[in-house]
Amino acid sequence: MSSLAATERQGWVGRVLLVLGPVLLALVITSGILVLAGANPQATLLKLLAGSFGTAVKRADVAVVWVSLVICTAGLLVSFTAGQWNIGMEGQIVMGAIVATWVGRQFVDISGVLERGAPLLVIAAMVAGGICGGVVWATAAGALKVLGKVHEIFAGLGLNFVASAASIYLIFGTWKQKSGGTLSGTVLLDEQLWLPTLQGLRASPYSLGLAVVVVAAVYFALRGTLWGLQLKAVGRNLRAARTLGVATHRVLFSAYAVCGACAGLAGAVLVVGVHHRLIPGISSGHGFMGILIALLSGFQALYIAPIALFFAALSIGSIALQLDLKLDSSLAGVVQGVMVLCVLLVQGVRQWRSGGSGT
Amino acid sequence: MKIELREIHKRFGAVHANAGINLSVGTGTILGILGENGAGKSTLMKILSGYFHPDSGGILLDGAAVRLRTPADALRHGVGMLHQDPLDFPPMRVLDNFLLGREHQFWQRRSAARADFDALCSEFEFRLDPDGFMFDLTVGERQQLEIARLLWLGARVLILDEPTTGISANQKVKLFATLRKLAAQNKTVIFVSHKLEDVEGLCGRVAVLRRGALVGEAQPPYTTAGLVQMMFGQALAVGVRPAAPLGAPQLELRGAEFAGEHIVLRNVDLTVAAGEVVGLAGLEGSGQQQLLKGVAGLVALGKGSLKIGGRDLSQASYKEFLAAGTAFMAADRLEEGMIAGLTIEEHMVLARRGKQPAIVDWAVARTAAQAGIAEFNIKGAPASVVEGLSGGNQQRALLALLPPALKLLAMEHPTRGLDVESAIYIWSKLLMRRAEGTAILFATADLEELLRYSDRVLVFFAGEIMAVLRAADATVEQLGALIGGKQK
Ligand SMILES: Nc1ncnc2c1ncn2[C@@H]1O[C@H](COP(=O)(O)OP(=O)(O)OP(=O)(O)O)[C@@H](O)[C@H]1O
Ligand SMILES: [Mg+2]
Repeated sequence: MSSLAATERQGWVGRVLLVLGPVLLALVITSGILVLAGANPQATLLKLLAGSFGTAVKRADVAVVWVSLVICTAGLLVSFTAGQWNIGMEGQIVMGAIVATWVGRQFVDISGVLERGAPLLVIAAMVAGGICGGVVWATAAGALKVLGKVHEIFAGLGLNFVASAASIYLIFGTWKQKSGGTLSGTVLLDEQLWLPTLQGLRASPYSLGLAVVVVAAVYFALRGTLWGLQLKAVGRNLRAARTLGVATHRVLFSAYAVCGACAGLAGAVLVVGVHHRLIPGISSGHGFMGILIALLSGFQALYIAPIALFFAALSIGSIALQLDLKLDSSLAGVVQGVMVLCVLLVQGVRQWRSGGSGT
Repeated sequence: MKIELREIHKRFGAVHANAGINLSVGTGTILGILGENGAGKSTLMKILSGYFHPDSGGILLDGAAVRLRTPADALRHGVGMLHQDPLDFPPMRVLDNFLLGREHQFWQRRSAARADFDALCSEFEFRLDPDGFMFDLTVGERQQLEIARLLWLGARVLILDEPTTGISANQKVKLFATLRKLAAQNKTVIFVSHKLEDVEGLCGRVAVLRRGALVGEAQPPYTTAGLVQMMFGQALAVGVRPAAPLGAPQLELRGAEFAGEHIVLRNVDLTVAAGEVVGLAGLEGSGQQQLLKGVAGLVALGKGSLKIGGRDLSQASYKEFLAAGTAFMAADRLEEGMIAGLTIEEHMVLARRGKQPAIVDWAVARTAAQAGIAEFNIKGAPASVVEGLSGGNQQRALLALLPPALKLLAMEHPTRGLDVESAIYIWSKLLMRRAEGTAILFATADLEELLRYSDRVLVFFAGEIMAVLRAADATVEQLGALIGGKQK
């Protein structure tokens, strides 16, 4: 990954420029698209802003998405450092949500009322279960890659498909509500099993805290630990890393496992903190968005938080566009896509200008 | 084409790699460039071929000032370069590689290209199969292909950065014939090398760089002593190899078989004692690499048995080999030896054997790196990324990474890319290890080096050990004949 090498060695000024430049470029291009679509760019962008930060409720909604994105991206940073494209993150989130729900369901009756167990312990068990689910699913992708020599992108896509099919099967089959399977998901779990949220809002201070802890842990692990260095070594040159004595298989597996743990955690948080049940498509593309955020951050943990905030705001804000301006909310996707292309463009131009390198 | 370089400056951070170099090269000459490791030779050549931009200074080709923005741009002006460390090649056919870089021609006329390819090959007597695969080519053949390709793309200036490391004696003869022919066709050749005898035999003029500056030029007849004096500012004494008593067997192979990708080495019986140096001779890819990697645990033993220091490691993992005290040093420095993008101190941490704290103590790592840098006289800092080091300094870093007190050390081309002085110094270090009881196996294409430093020489031919010689009794001529496959 040469872009990784190139971006790592710049000061923060260069870094900030590298992030802001493409953002501005993306804004210009998006405005162009909006004009073509017959909308007023200024009004749309203001609406987008109001739609994401206008009220406390909206800010809380942004925070909910932010938590999920930050946790996922932190995990992806680990796998990217090891040179692995963990496209399977989506499936790992779903798997985390499935296992977390399963654990929760062991303690409730058929209508979701808590039957036994201390609520806090059950929540903890659900989160732990979710993490395990993510780890298992990621390790499967890792095993296919490392032992089966299946490219991780195909392995990941396949496992994503299986996980999402499994969730649909559970929702409309095994875990069907009394009234029958519905798109709204499985039965709502007892309110005692919900992560406490801020007064009247959807955001939970606990999940926010969790996200911060995860990013900090990844930041530190990649910078300061032997494991972080080994990940980097394996990601850049597997053969040489092995010759130098790095246990390459173990390091690769650990990268998948940690990334999967983050995905599973994100999935569990979506269950205990947001939806309180398993719903179809619970991962809502956060795994893929995490990949974009990781690319934009130049694989630097420090920049994840602000970029994820931008993405979260975009997703929530674009809902307002749909309601008020009758613009489809897929506009958010367009903006995100354009952004990533702009970043890659700016990086490419920089690399090209600084000339090739050699011995 | 006449080349003039005017006041070329290039800095990498604090390093002044080229400090105001003025040099002109006339049409039809072969210019040799000499200089110690890190003198700035590759940098200057990369500037001339568009890979680097000078910080200041100008380039004139046939009297006209040019700006070479990219290698392709340089090639358009007729300047082509063969690199010191060619990159690894994708699984690609020879003809496809030949076609790379052809511009403004979406629709490749393969038949026409093939005809050109054949014509070039027959002109220079290269035997290359256009439908063969790149990874089947030896280093020397890749070089021939690259020369053909650059000429086809219109190169009138050909720059070769250390082209004679890793190619066989025959290929070297052919390469020199080719370069002479090119010079006779009024092309300009620039030849960067550490091998004084190559430069003396080939070049019509020599320029010497030291610490980024041009310190002198020479015309034939050259004297080796004079060139060495110019390169290092002092005369050099070739190290003598003190006798060392042999100890207990460190390596024992019985009926060993090692399978490589293209070649299988069969039925090897070999015992190497502590303090013994065994040189592996043979054409590139005759099985030396399988043996070296095999005894270091990087290629699995197919049949037979293998003992290190008396312990049976026939079925052992690479980790167990490392724990037993073996090490392998690869010829492909940035492919297999070190990790581009990581610094010297990071490599120090990775290469440390045994238990290490989970949280890296960077102060300790830095101290270790500084010690290695001082001991091996590396031009670089603990925080320098390894790909920023000059070729010879990468080689020193690789040596600095070897753990102390090894039982067995297996090396491919241990002095590849080192200047004369460094090669002598590195061997003095290796001989110290030998005195401490390390068994050393090394492969090299340099016959003098083989005979000077080995106790025994194994001659490889097509996956077999053809002969075992006592180095003290063998001659370069004898060895050369055996390498070519001729029986005694
Ligand atoms: N890309 C780079 N980044 C940083 N420093 C570099 C880079 N390329 C070269 N240098 C530094 O410039 C100096 C000259 O390097 P150069 O590769 O030109 O040496 P050289 O004469 O070719 O040596 P060698 O014989 O070892 O190949 C060295 O100190 C090296 O560390
Ligand atoms: Mg060089």
